[in-house]
Amino acid sequence: MLNAWSILLVALAYLCLLFAIAYYGDKRADAGRSLIANPYIYALSIAVYCTSWTFYGSVGRAASSGIDFLPIYLGPTLTFVVWWFVLRKIIRISKAYRITSIADFISSRYGKSTRLSVLVTVIAVVGIMPYISLQLKAVSTSFNVLLQYPEVVMPPVSSPGPFVTDTAFLVAMAMAAFAILFGTRHIDASEHHEGMVAAIAFESVVKLAAFLAVGLFVTFGLYDGFGSLFAAGREVPEVARLFTLEGGARYGQWMTLTLLSMAAIVCLPRQFQVIVVENVNEAHLEKAVWLFPLYLLIINIFVLPIAVGGLLAFPAGEVDADTYMLTLPMAAKQQSLALFAFIGGLSAATGMVIVAAIALSTMICNDLVMPALLRLTWLRLTERGDLTGLLLFIRRGAIILILLLGYAYFRLAGEADALVTIGLMSFAAAAQFAPAIVGGIFWKGGTRSGALTGLTLGFLVWAYTLLLPSFARSGWLPVDFIYAGFLGIELLRPQALFGLEGFDNLSHALFWSMLANIGGYLALSLRGHQSAIERIQATLFVDVFRHSGAEGVSRLWRGSATVADLRGLIVRFVGRERAERSLTDYARLRGLNLAKLREADAGLVSFTERLLAGAIGAASARVMVASVAKGEVVGIDEVMEILEETSQVIEYSHRLEEKQHELERTTAELRAANERLKELDRLKDDFISTVSHELRTPLTSIRSFSEILFDNADLDIHDRRRFLAIIVKESERLTRLINQILDLAKMEAGRMDWQMEDVDAKGIIEEALAVAGGLFTEQAVKLELNLDPNIPHIYADRDRLIQVIVNLLSNAVKFCDRDNGLVVVSAAARNDGLYVSVADNGPGIPPEKRKLIFEKFQQANETLTDRPGGTGLGLAISRQIVEFFGGRIWVESVPGHGAKFAFTIPNSRVAATPVAELGRV
Amino acid sequence: MQRPGLIGERAIGLFLVAFLALNPPILSIFSTEGFFFGVPLLYFYLFGVWGGIILLIGVHSLAAKARHQSPTGRDRGQGG
Repeated sequence: MLNAWSILLVALAYLCLLFAIAYYGDKRADAGRSLIANPYIYALSIAVYCTSWTFYGSVGRAASSGIDFLPIYLGPTLTFVVWWFVLRKIIRISKAYRITSIADFISSRYGKSTRLSVLVTVIAVVGIMPYISLQLKAVSTSFNVLLQYPEVVMPPVSSPGPFVTDTAFLVAMAMAAFAILFGTRHIDASEHHEGMVAAIAFESVVKLAAFLAVGLFVTFGLYDGFGSLFAAGREVPEVARLFTLEGGARYGQWMTLTLLSMAAIVCLPRQFQVIVVENVNEAHLEKAVWLFPLYLLIINIFVLPIAVGGLLAFPAGEVDADTYMLTLPMAAKQQSLALFAFIGGLSAATGMVIVAAIALSTMICNDLVMPALLRLTWLRLTERGDLTGLLLFIRRGAIILILLLGYAYFRLAGEADALVTIGLMSFAAAAQFAPAIVGGIFWKGGTRSGALTGLTLGFLVWAYTLLLPSFARSGWLPVDFIYAGFLGIELLRPQALFGLEGFDNLSHALFWSMLANIGGYLALSLRGHQSAIERIQATLFVDVFRHSGAEGVSRLWRGSATVADLRGLIVRFVGRERAERSLTDYARLRGLNLAKLREADAGLVSFTERLLAGAIGAASARVMVASVAKGEVVGIDEVMEILEETSQVIEYSHRLEEKQHELERTTAELRAANERLKELDRLKDDFISTVSHELRTPLTSIRSFSEILFDNADLDIHDRRRFLAIIVKESERLTRLINQILDLAKMEAGRMDWQMEDVDAKGIIEEALAVAGGLFTEQAVKLELNLDPNIPHIYADRDRLIQVIVNLLSNAVKFCDRDNGLVVVSAAARNDGLYVSVADNGPGIPPEKRKLIFEKFQQANETLTDRPGGTGLGLAISRQIVEFFGGRIWVESVPGHGAKFAFTIPNSRVAATPVAELGRV
Repeated sequence: MQRPGLIGERAIGLFLVAFLALNPPILSIFSTEGFFFGVPLLYFYLFGVWGGIILLIGVHSLAAKARHQSPTGRDRGQGG
C-alpha cells in the first residue's frame, strides 16, 4: 500500500543510500584511491543537468507544445561539439589558477575584481532561486500526487498550510542537511567533493533507470510499441498536433531554447561545478564529450511517447501533464513502478539542489561574504587566528539561506507556472554569464568595466522582463504591471519592451537582455581602459595553452613578505595540518628549507595566493596576501616582458626538441658509418690474408726449387737450368704482384702520382697493342682491329691508360679459346668520349661473377686448374684508373660465347674545342 | 601526416553542420505529418541526426586523444 509513511520510508532509505555512497566516496578519496577518477563517473555527474525539469517537466512540455522540449538537450550537445575550444580551455584555465566557481572564474579573468565576483554571485543566487523552487515544487507535488493513490487526482493547489508541515519545506531542509554534510565537511584548497560527485553519478543512473522503466511500461506495456502508440495518437487531433512544429514564432522559440541551453550547460553554477571544478583529470573530457550527449539522447527517447500516452489516458485534462510520469503507472495500478518513478524524480531533484547549493554557497562565501568581512577593518579579521571554522559556518549558513530563498520563491510565485517555464527563467539568468566568459577566454580586449556593465544591464533587463512578470502573475505584484507597463507607461511593458511584440516571452527577454549585456560589454571594453593586473589576467586566460602553469606569474610579485606571515595566513584559512602539508610539498619541490628561510620569495607569495584562492576565491586571496606582503605588482611592461620570456622558454624547449631529433639522426648516421667501417676492416683483413696467400704461392715455389738445387749438387745442367728458369719466372711474378699491390694501395689512398695530360687515344691504343703483341704471337691468338678514324683526344695519364689496355688484352689472350683464339679490339668516338672494347671468344663469365670480377683477387673461374698466371689485381687496378679518368668500365658476356670488356673515358676539355680539331687535322 | 590545427577546425565544421541540421529552416523540411516506421518523421529525424552527431563527436575525440598521446602531437595554442 502506498501511504505517507511507506513513501517517506522509501525516500529516506534512498537518501541514506546516497549518504552511504557519498561517505564511501570521501573515504576512498582520503585513502588516495579515488572512486570518481574515471570518465564514466565524470559523464554521469555532468548529467546532473537532467533535473526534475527533465523528469517531470519535459513530459508536461511535450504534452502542451510537442517536440519543442528537445532543444534544451540539443543545445548542450552543440556546445560539447566544440569542447576542444571551449570546455578544454576553461578546464585548463581553472586548473592552472585554482578556480573554485563561476564567480571566481569571471572575477579572476577581469583582474581579480571583487565587485565582479559579488555581482556574479548575486546574479547566480537570484537567478537560480526559481530553479531550486522548481525542484521543491516537483518533489512536493509528486509526493502529494502519490499520496492520493489509488485515486488519480491532483492534490489541492491552494493553501499549502503552515510552512513547518509543508512537504516542500521539509524537502528543502532535508536537502540542505545533505548538502551541508557533503559539501562543507572541510575546507579544501582543491575544492573537490569526491563523495558528492559519486552520489550524483549514482543519482544519474537511478533517474535514467526510472525514466526508462516508465517509458518502456507506457510504450510496450500499455501499447504495442512505438508504432501502435503513435498510431493511436494520430487519431486524436489534439495529440497529432504535437508531431510537427508549426508557425514562425515556434521556430523562433526553438532557436532561443537552443541558444539558451548552449550557454546554460557551462554557465549554470552547478554545471560549472561538475564539469570544471570537480574535474579530476582533463583527459576524462575526451570520453565525456560523447557520453553525456548520449545520456541526454537516451533519457529523451520516451518523453514524447509518455506525453502521448498521458494525453490519451486523461483526455479531459483533469491531470496535470507534469505528473504523467507518476499518474500513468498509478492509473494502471502499478504501485511499485509509481514508487520507482517517484524515487527517480526525487533523485533528479536532490542531485540538482545539492550541487547547486554547494556551488552557490562556495560563491557566497568566497566571493560575497569574505571580501566584505575582510574590508570591515574593525573586525580585524586579517589578524585573527584560525578562520577555517568561520568559512565553514558561512558556507553552511549560505546553503540554508539558498534553500530558504528557493522555498520562498516557491511559496510566492511557483504555483503559477509550469515546471519548464520556471526553469527557463533560470537558464536565461545563467546565460548572462556567457558573453563575459566567452569574451574572456578568446579576447584579450575584454575589460573589467565592460564585464561589470554588461552583466549589470543584462541582469536588470532579465529581472524586468522575466522575474517581475512571474511575481505579477502570482499576484505578488499588481498584474497591471504586465499589461499596462511600469508606471502605466506602455513602452515599458515587460513582455513587449519598447513595443517589441510577436515573440514569446522568453525570446523577447533573451533578445533584450543579451542586447544590453553584449552591447555594454563591447562598448565599455572598446573604450580600452585596462589596468596592469587586468592585462596580465587577460593574457594568462587567453593564452593559457602557452602560459600554462604559473611559472610566469610567480615573478609578477616584487613585494616582500616573511615566511612566517604567509604560513600564518595559510593556517588560518585551510587549517594547520593541510597548511603544513602544502608548504612541505612546496619546499620539497623547490628544494627550499622553509625553517631557515625568513624572507619569502615571489614564488612562495604566489603559491600562497593560489592556495588561498582555492579556499576563499581569487579576489579575497589577493586582498589577504596584500595584507601581509608589502610591495606591489610590477609594472605592465615588465609583466609583458616576463610573459614574453615564458613564451621564449617554450620556444627554446621546442628548439631543444628539434636539436634532439637532429642528434638522433646524426647518431643513426654515425652508426651506419661505423657499420661501414667495420665492413671495410673486415675487407682489409680479407685482403691481407689473400695477399699473403698470393705471395706465398710463388715464394713456396721459389723456396722448394732453391732447396732442391741446394741439396742436390749433382743435378744435371739441364734440370738446373729448368729449375732456375722457374725460380726466375716466379720471382718476376712476385715482383709484379708486389708492384700491383703497391699501385692499388697508392690509388686507393689517393697518393698515386698521376701524369695527367691531353693525349691522343689512337696512339695509345696502338702502343698498347704493340706492347702486348708478343703475347698474341706466343699464344697464336688472332687479333682483329676495329678502330674508328675519329678517335678523340682525351685527358688522361698515358702510361696508366696503356696499362689498362694491356691488362685487358692479356686477360683476353689468357681466357680466349685455346685452339682458335680470337680477340677483337674496337675503339670509337662516342658522344661523351672514347669507347674501347676488347672481346674474346673464351668461355665467358657467368652473370653472378660480372660484378665481382672487378674486385681484388677475384677471377672468373677459380677452379681453372692451371691458373693463367694472373695476379687477380689487374681488373681492380684498371677500374681504379678508368674511374680516376672519370670513365666507367664494365663487362658484357654471354656464357659460352666469350666476354667483352669495355670502358669509356670522357672527352678531354681541350679536345672539345675547335682548336683541338685543328690540331688533329 | 595530419596537418596541425585540424582537430579544432573539424570541431567547428561539425558544429556548423549540427547547428544547421538541428534548427529551422532545415528542421521545418521534416516538420510534416509523415510517419516513418510508425514514428513521426520529425521525431525520427531529430533523434537520428542527434545520434549521428554524437557518433561524430566520439570519432573526433578519439582523433584528439590519439594526437594528444603521440609524442609529436603537441597541442600548443590550439585552443586559442
